[in-house]
Amino acid sequence: MKPFEHVRAERTERALAAHARHPRAQYLAGGTNLVDLMKLGVLDPPLLVDIGRLPLDTVAETSDGGLGIGATVRNSDLAAHPLVRSRYPVLSQALLSGASPQLRNVATTGGNLLQRTRCPYFQDVSHPCNKREPGTGCPARDGVHRDLAVLGHSAHCVATHPSDMAVALAALDARVRLLGPDGARELPLTDFHRLPGDRPERDTVLRPGELVTEVVLPPPAGTSAYRKARDRASYAFALASVAAVLAVADGRVRHAALAFGGLAHRPWRARAAEEVLRGAPADEETFARAVDAELAAARPLRDNGFKVPLARGLAVRVLTDLAAAS
Amino acid sequence: MDREGTAGRDDGRGEGRDGPEGPTSSVTLRVNGTVHALRLDNRTTLLDALREHLDLTGAKKGCDHGQCGACTVLVGGRRVNSCLLLAVACDEPVTTVEGLARDGRLHPLQEAFVARDALQCGYCTPGQICSAVALLDEAAAGHPSHVTPPHAARAEGAADLTRDEIRERMSGNLCRCGAYPHIVDAVADAHRETVR
Repeated sequence: MKPFEHVRAERTERALAAHARHPRAQYLAGGTNLVDLMKLGVLDPPLLVDIGRLPLDTVAETSDGGLGIGATVRNSDLAAHPLVRSRYPVLSQALLSGASPQLRNVATTGGNLLQRTRCPYFQDVSHPCNKREPGTGCPARDGVHRDLAVLGHSAHCVATHPSDMAVALAALDARVRLLGPDGARELPLTDFHRLPGDRPERDTVLRPGELVTEVVLPPPAGTSAYRKARDRASYAFALASVAAVLAVADGRVRHAALAFGGLAHRPWRARAAEEVLRGAPADEETFARAVDAELAAARPLRDNGFKVPLARGLAVRVLTDLAAAS
Repeated sequence: MDREGTAGRDDGRGEGRDGPEGPTSSVTLRVNGTVHALRLDNRTTLLDALREHLDLTGAKKGCDHGQCGACTVLVGGRRVNSCLLLAVACDEPVTTVEGLARDGRLHPLQEAFVARDALQCGYCTPGQICSAVALLDEAAAGHPSHVTPPHAARAEGAADLTRDEIRERMSGNLCRCGAYPHIVDAVADAHRETVR
């Protein structure tokens, strides 16, 4: 690991000012991914601005009946929060299906969103990687890519975003609040992560020095659930996963939000599927037709075509279960 | 890893100060009830601070990447991978496997691991035991897990620790000897002891 300075910030403005001291500074919260990437030599920030003590660690109901989640709330605390368990079960389930209890006790909301891909080439500095070193190439496209993207990838990068939590947040229409040198802004979670295009080194639209301060959920729009397929029964990244929110009235879909994990460079909100679902009969035939409409855009690589029927099965099953429960 | 040569004046703020090999910081670690004032290279993980600076070698270095759980200790009562936590960022009390016994008597989980022969080589055992101590606390506090369907999970009160629950909740601790069946037995025994 390369040497680095460590500065602890007690106030948010101080954190921004400290970060401004170096263009390659990194904010340190839980560090479960950042410290690992520093050990691997993937990242070598000369300055860590420790935001672990900032007052961003609360979960609170908003005035409109939604939920405000501070950026440094630990994943385990969020998953166990009574309001999350009762009103946003998809979020609790997604969190609990990720990582291990030890990691969830430390990893934060903001850090979970900002974790990097687990593409083996990105994590191994002896290989080229356009995300790690722009312009060096993507060995994954013709190499080991069974776990990588089938949707939205580019000639430059086929990485997937590893978060489960972010997939649930995408289906919940979460918004992300940011604070940077130019002030505060807020954007939909679905606009926060990028597709790789020809700039795969940029995972998100975060500007230099900007800090994630809060994730805000609107009031729940329906019943919700998360389902994940992985190589082991526990403690493994998603091969494919689905987060769904469904509201049914008189046998028809009143609200549907669907997002896939493990398939793309960002949580994949399935707008084409939702278009088919809206107002349609809430039955398995509709659900299959909707999911097929979304996955028609899939462009599997040589060894990951299995993800398409896997994701289809997960999505149809989750929607069918939610319809039966409502 | 010993950084004695870089030790110097304590500026008292935990701010960085360059040593021969890189910036160092003054770090106060409270471990098993004892306060230690150290000056550490900022790169020092809690695991290395415990093992290399405080001679507490109970927590083990397995993968050193947060994947195996051999380094599990309790920080502020919560189980964490000490290999991924920078010592300079750690300011809550730490409990390691050396700090679990009380008044010369092993912790109920340590006793259960012995009684159930829940190990072969023993390398993962300190991490397994620290993890299981926290598991029982989490279950008592009603924390949910992946294997409990949300509609089945109790809204309040202790979680029901079935074997599937124990296996899921211990999934952050690998045992390459494969002593899992006895580890689950030991955790189940200790759980029965604590809820009795």
